[in-house]
Amino acid sequence: MGITGEARDCAPALPSEDAIVSGLRAGDEAMFALLLSAWSSGLLRAARAYVSTRESAEDVVQETWLAVIRGINRFEGRSSLRTWVYRIMINTAKSHGVKDKRTVPMTDLTPENAGPTVDPARFRGPGDPYPGHWKEFPPQWPTVETEVESRQMRDRIEEAIGRLPARQRIVITLRDVVSYSADEVCALLEISAANQRVLLHRARAAVRADLESYFTADEGAHR
Amino acid sequence: MSDLNCNEFVELVTAYLEGDLDPDTEGRFVEHLAACDGCDRYLDQIRMTVQTLGGLPAADSLTDDGRERLLAAFRDRRRG
Repeated sequence: MGITGEARDCAPALPSEDAIVSGLRAGDEAMFALLLSAWSSGLLRAARAYVSTRESAEDVVQETWLAVIRGINRFEGRSSLRTWVYRIMINTAKSHGVKDKRTVPMTDLTPENAGPTVDPARFRGPGDPYPGHWKEFPPQWPTVETEVESRQMRDRIEEAIGRLPARQRIVITLRDVVSYSADEVCALLEISAANQRVLLHRARAAVRADLESYFTADEGAHR
Repeated sequence: MSDLNCNEFVELVTAYLEGDLDPDTEGRFVEHLAACDGCDRYLDQIRMTVQTLGGLPAADSLTDDGRERLLAAFRDRRRG
């Protein structure tokens, strides 16, 4: 597939968290500029999971950084600095999301998170000698070779993410797009490890299914 | 010893990739994987999906104006 990803928050190497915090408190503008470069794109990505437009996400991230500037003296180090910054972003995004009519309750699981993630019709029924096995194997995907094809596939994935239920969208964005660990996502969203995994599982299965229909509908065009 | 069906396998892929399966279930998962081309392909496609998600462009960044405003706000705080 030839698409490689890097944990984007690692792009510019950052000093230790203690050094960052004391730098910000001391008014070290270069340190703040470094942090803006390192974390803003991940924050924007994650904010997009809460609000509907690029512009709203930019507003959310602006407000987040302003709150960081105002609040850095009150940061107590009970969580990592990054978790603290993301929490501010999430709270800001939620209040924007309400205005935006894109509200995100992160409480318990709803029926959207029950039931199979692959259409039961894809599997053999109880009367079959091999119940629960594939009727037909999932079709093979074509190799994505050209830059145009890669871009089309990424566009399609972006659309698929946009159609996911809110909590699945947020979890898959944080886990797979922004590359945060399961523990960090649980801490950020204040959800259990089990809930986090269910949301991630459903989101990944939905995006895979979307790619499958993309590739099968479009097979001729790819070959 | 009950074998895993494909429709059960597909619901375990995330737990498997997260390393969250108990040893017994993981054993049955891997055994099924070795025997079933359909599930092997399914798992492979989930992996490809995750890989592509990780490769989505990070191009999105703050606008230059926005960045300047924040740097100015940071300087103001220092004075204030």
